[in-house]
Amino acid sequence: MTNTQENKDHTRKSEDLVVDMRGIVKRFPGVLANDLVDFELRRGEIHALLGENGAGKSTLMNILAGLYRPDAGVILINGKPVTFSSPRDAIEAGIGMVHQHFMLVPSQSVTENILLGLDKPRFRLHLNEYHQIVADLSERFGLKVDPRAKVWQLSVGEQQRVEILKMLYRGAQVLIMDEPTAVLAPQEIEGLFETLRSMVKEGKSLIFISHKLQEVMAIADRVSVLRRGKVTAVSLKTKETDRNELAKLMVGREVLFFLDKSPCKPGEIVLDVDNLQAQNDKGLAALRGVTMQVRAGEIVGLAGVAGNGQRELAQVITGLRGCTGGHVRLRGEEISNSPVRLGISKGVAYIPEDRAQVGTAPNLSVTDNLIMKSYRRPPIARGWMIDTSEATHFATQLKETYDIMVPSVETPVRLLSGGNLQRVILAREISGKPSLMVAMQPTRGLDVGAIEGVHRILLEQREAGAAILLISEELEELLSLSDRIYVIYEGKIMGEMQDSDIDKIGLMMTGTPLDQIRAKGA
Amino acid sequence: MSDSLSSTHAPTRRRFPYSIRIEPRLKEPPRWYPFAISIGAIVLALMAGGVIIFLAGGDPLRSYVHIAKASFGSLGVFSDTIVKATPLILVGLACAIAFRMRLWNIGAEGQFFLGAFGASAVVLTPLLPPDTSPWIFIPAMMLAGILAGALWGFIPGYLKARFNVNEIISTLMMNYIAVAWNNFFIYAVWSEGGFQMSHVFPKSAWLPRLADYAKEIPIFRGLTTHLGLLMGLGAAVVVWFVLYRSRWGYEIRLIGDNPNAARYAGLNITRNVVLVMMFSGALAGLAGMSEITGVVHRLQGSISPGYGFTGIIIAWLAKLNPFAVVLVSVFFGALILAGREIQPSGIPKMIQGIILVCLIASDFLLRYRIRIVRQAEEA
Repeated sequence: MTNTQENKDHTRKSEDLVVDMRGIVKRFPGVLANDLVDFELRRGEIHALLGENGAGKSTLMNILAGLYRPDAGVILINGKPVTFSSPRDAIEAGIGMVHQHFMLVPSQSVTENILLGLDKPRFRLHLNEYHQIVADLSERFGLKVDPRAKVWQLSVGEQQRVEILKMLYRGAQVLIMDEPTAVLAPQEIEGLFETLRSMVKEGKSLIFISHKLQEVMAIADRVSVLRRGKVTAVSLKTKETDRNELAKLMVGREVLFFLDKSPCKPGEIVLDVDNLQAQNDKGLAALRGVTMQVRAGEIVGLAGVAGNGQRELAQVITGLRGCTGGHVRLRGEEISNSPVRLGISKGVAYIPEDRAQVGTAPNLSVTDNLIMKSYRRPPIARGWMIDTSEATHFATQLKETYDIMVPSVETPVRLLSGGNLQRVILAREISGKPSLMVAMQPTRGLDVGAIEGVHRILLEQREAGAAILLISEELEELLSLSDRIYVIYEGKIMGEMQDSDIDKIGLMMTGTPLDQIRAKGA
Repeated sequence: MSDSLSSTHAPTRRRFPYSIRIEPRLKEPPRWYPFAISIGAIVLALMAGGVIIFLAGGDPLRSYVHIAKASFGSLGVFSDTIVKATPLILVGLACAIAFRMRLWNIGAEGQFFLGAFGASAVVLTPLLPPDTSPWIFIPAMMLAGILAGALWGFIPGYLKARFNVNEIISTLMMNYIAVAWNNFFIYAVWSEGGFQMSHVFPKSAWLPRLADYAKEIPIFRGLTTHLGLLMGLGAAVVVWFVLYRSRWGYEIRLIGDNPNAARYAGLNITRNVVLVMMFSGALAGLAGMSEITGVVHRLQGSISPGYGFTGIIIAWLAKLNPFAVVLVSVFFGALILAGREIQPSGIPKMIQGIILVCLIASDFLLRYRIRIVRQAEEA
């Protein structure tokens, strides 16, 4: 073992390392969330932790903040090894985390929220005294917020400041910010960045979790990248790297699968998206004029870093989300802002990003999950009844065709592995002989064999003449499957690519429109 | 996540070489397991109850035998048990179908009262003359009871679907309105000679009892079991059929299990909220009708010792399975009857409580398993 060697290194470097995590491993049932991850934070720096959704960033930081215990690995704070069994231990060691979802009591004042759970004040609150303390603290770090205001009266940005104040009040030296910009409007983001800089000046060290490249470049001194639970880059200096390189580290460029792909024979336009605008759940603009077409018999890829409007686009097309402007036409017929059922009856299939939360009902059987979209039609529907023998027959057939590995079609799907669950969804969606298929992250979290299976099924559908919109963050997957690729950035299409020029795609993914790239090249 | 749960709950004691760990089950337990756990819980509860009876100076074994005899001892008392179980079956089903869709209908009690009111209105308004044939009277009263209960379910259902009003609060509050509504009629409109009750219904509006056929079949003499039992059993079959064989039932199960998936599959959730609340209310209303025409034979104040609330417990204990609702209802009917028998000791009520707590707590063992591990292993 090289442990002793490494330990010596630690003591030498511990001068400037506030946090030093070595070989962190964390397993969840069926997932290896962190696989021998190393991470270090220097005093007085802003260190970005970059990675896609599900790359293991939040897990790693929850370990550091004492919420999870690692299965293996060491954590050193100021050079001393520590084991946290609760967030309280972590805060005592000076580590505070500001979560994505705020943990505030809306009906109480800012000061009361900050004091919540502390030993002092003991019984009487002496609120006026503490209002002043909070006011001083917020002044010092430029976190403007009225200590007397009730939390429900505050904007999201102000609530975030309260969360930060909460940690500062508890004496945090290291602040972990979990995707702090996700909930903020652009103007608020600038304000947050100023706050972060002023905190660094006061001697704090910050970890900034994000999957947004431009923010990382704007705020961080150094950056570490995680991908599928593994570190792909440790402590790169942001000055010495660029967005393009980071994008590649984040989405990866593994060996391309060899796919037996026949030339594309595009037919008529099936999906026509025209200047589409829509909002996200928080009421901010998510789609800002998206225009694209998908023809029969082609796979069109949509590339982009997560959170740039992909999810909203898929939801508007399938009818799960309303749009605020523009059109979605299916074979020339308007389908935006109409019920989901209309789309289903017109042959729109949708493979949602979230298999367990959206795509399936966990406690229902495989059969019940497979008939989710065909139970209204004969032969499974017989008047107002469901023909159970017909349903079982249908499910058994799909189980065999798509190799769903379950002992019986009566098994509840919550017992299925990710790959099998995805096969259930694919089988169901394809059984309706779709004319348009929207596949969002269809291979996320699957193992290599399952990924190949999904790819093969998508290509078969293309051969069968379906129009397929493939939304993915995996560049290699998009490149190997798609006939054309659109790149989306902040709710706008940056350009369309026929070839697989990965550098150009990388530039577009980070916000440079194709026109500009061409203008520069020419 | 699940892992954190086990680690925070596991106390790490340095000295003692073993520790208890509670782990979430990753695999489905075998089929017999839930039954074994439930029976184990009941046995444990009876033992705990026995200790208390002993401390109170009684003989546990004799008390239990007495309770069993009081509710199952002879055909006569068993028939009384069934009479008690009849309304419970119907309200239990009412709760089970609503809970299937995760609609927390706490208002079966009110819907029960409204069902009783609707059925009585047919006799007392009178919508039908007293000499109407039972063949018309009884179906008309059933219909009235079902409609009144469904209406009482429709109101919170519509409020929930349209304005997202919390159905727990609205159904609970509507219970009080229902009781007050009935009181208004028995105190003022249909009061008989100043008593707070209506006059007795004509015989043709009574549900037939087994005792009515004692002339032909002597063994039925004195048995009070009435037609409501068949309604309850029929309703159990209907509910099972709706849930597991109909498109609507499939939608109910899908929405109940994962509303996101239901929306994704294009289901109309708001419409189903209203319909399921009406169905649930209709069943509870039928329970009210059956009780008023099968047992009480007049509209009066105390027609329910909290049947609607007991229905909630029954639905849960039956794990929302319609046929299990029937069995659990008989069990509860027995406990209610035994309670009357051994009054005023309160022992059956206490045993009922202990059994409930044990059964509900035992559910934990279905989702988690308890392991005893050596400290060395854990490190």
